[in-house]
Amino acid sequence: MTATATPGTSGTDVRLAGISKTYGDFTAVHPLDLSVPAGSFFALLGASGCGKTTTLRMIAGLEEPTTGTVELAGRDVTALPPYKRSVNTVFQNYALFPHLDIYENVAFGLRRRGIKSVKKQVGEMLDLVQLGDLARRRPHQLSGGQQQRVAVARALINHPDVLLLDEPLGALDLKLRREMQLELKRIQTEVGITFIHVTHDQEEAMTMADTVAVMNAGRVEQLGTPTDLYETPRSTFVANFLGTSNLITADVLDTTGDDILLRAGDTKLTLPATRCTATARTGEKLLVGIRPEKISLTHADDAGTVADGRNRVTGRIAQSSFIGVSTQYLVDSPAGSGLSVYEQNVERDSRLVPGAEVVLHWNPAHTFGLDAAQNIEAGTDVLEAVPDAREAGT
Amino acid sequence: MTAFSALARRLRRNLVVIAGLLTLAFLILPNVVVTVFSFNKPNGRFNYDWQRFSTDAWTDPCGVADLCGSLSLSLRIALWSTIGATVLGTLIAFALARYRFRARSSVGSLIFLPMAMPEVVMAASLATLFLNMGISFGFWTILIAHITFCLSFVVTAVKARVMSMDPRLEQAAQDLYATPLQTFLKVTLPIAAPGIVAGALLSFALSFDDFIITNFNAGSTVTFPMYVWGAAQRGTPVQINVIGTAMFAVAVLCVLAGQLLGRRRKRS
Repeated sequence: MTATATPGTSGTDVRLAGISKTYGDFTAVHPLDLSVPAGSFFALLGASGCGKTTTLRMIAGLEEPTTGTVELAGRDVTALPPYKRSVNTVFQNYALFPHLDIYENVAFGLRRRGIKSVKKQVGEMLDLVQLGDLARRRPHQLSGGQQQRVAVARALINHPDVLLLDEPLGALDLKLRREMQLELKRIQTEVGITFIHVTHDQEEAMTMADTVAVMNAGRVEQLGTPTDLYETPRSTFVANFLGTSNLITADVLDTTGDDILLRAGDTKLTLPATRCTATARTGEKLLVGIRPEKISLTHADDAGTVADGRNRVTGRIAQSSFIGVSTQYLVDSPAGSGLSVYEQNVERDSRLVPGAEVVLHWNPAHTFGLDAAQNIEAGTDVLEAVPDAREAGT
Repeated sequence: MTAFSALARRLRRNLVVIAGLLTLAFLILPNVVVTVFSFNKPNGRFNYDWQRFSTDAWTDPCGVADLCGSLSLSLRIALWSTIGATVLGTLIAFALARYRFRARSSVGSLIFLPMAMPEVVMAASLATLFLNMGISFGFWTILIAHITFCLSFVVTAVKARVMSMDPRLEQAAQDLYATPLQTFLKVTLPIAAPGIVAGALLSFALSFDDFIITNFNAGSTVTFPMYVWGAAQRGTPVQINVIGTAMFAVAVLCVLAGQLLGRRRKRS
């Protein structure tokens, strides 16, 4: 995971101001403000139909915004057609020209701008994506991963201010996808151009991007570094969509100190006030969140060994599944049922089997607090969305 | 017995190939006969019995009165109706495949009418139309009639191609700095080309050998198929076989050239 955005030198700011898109009654993108730092690798993350592709297409000029403006390098380009914008797109399924060979595909943009001697540049670009020896092949003779690299080369050769990537890895198998993630990251670092990457794959977004904007139902839910989003989600959607979260409804007991004191079922929990994004009022409810891998599991017989000052919840193991590096447990407790716990498979306690009484405990600093007035399930079911289903309205 | 069963097994195993070869023979045999009889030297006016080998007709293909005149007229009509039908048909195909407009689906089905309608009906109705409009029969009425029935074939061929084209290809072209005109010329047209070429070839072949519709709308003008028909009443000059063989050879050469080109492109 990369921590902070590293602004490069040759990239340019993209600024979206109040941009929105409606199709009849359907609002694909609600008015949206977004600033992409120069030279950064920016990801728009969300499930199918959340408006991320529409947003990307509005930057490219392939979709006309209903309201708002698009600025590239400080210049308003809202009214410009795609062929007059210094942006290039890597399309989902690549959209390589089937009647042209790889060389001519890559040279296409240069030729359209009237550049005659393209040989050197095309050669260099094909070398960058390691396809120099396939220059005279046709797109259909290449594998998915190779086609993907041609699509990147075809866009990058124009030295656009911004490179837009629309689910570029969606059609690849898992292993190839991992390779291409690193490859794209390498290329981005090498050329220093701003990349805006649209994906539904949260792992992909976190591995590659400096900054991630999580979108849901046409709105940006949260924007930040992958670490930020994962460690301190600000909505239940982000908490559930990025990895897994245990969300416990708790009553606020005390908000006077640096820590907020809460009660869930029969247990008391502490939450650092700085990690609570909602306003906590004594007597009202709050959602307490904790990631499954932050929780330690101790058998009830050894409850005394748990250090003081940790949040602790007692419960009973309902289910366990062994998945190699870790074991995943589902624990029912008075505080909440079906709490997820991931334990590394190191020095496993053989007593931790379904039916065992256990204590769940964790460092309060990992706890996060959310407004209880939202859908606790938001973002959990979207993982089942068809990966390459085309977004509504595109 | 074993030899017989071995043979039977072999036959069974190659049944598809054998059936294919027989069908091919069935298709090609008439052409072979035409070719063979183009080297005949008939005794009377009819070229139906083999007499003896001669290249007379090949050395003098225009030796019969009016034959080459009708041939050149047929070629001209075929050429112009191909151009007309291909241009109009391609435009219609794009309109039907790309745009939503009122009565789009009815236009879509009406386009197929000339293909489905019995030729004789279309021939008669066109003739009635021309008569009522007071247009005198000749080159232009034949041309208009041919464009009419060739159109539907071009539309069918091109529309299938345009429908299967990924719309993102054109977006990609625009994204890569191609203006709408450049996008059309450099991406849309080349990708639609196989459909357009197929439609054009079909148009040429259909127009060249059309008899019924032409016969109704030609007046005193005589195209090659009409000439052959007329000649067959009084006698069949060997030159007809020569022209037929030559047309067949040209068609085969075109197909072979296309195949070779395609193969070379695939290999490179």
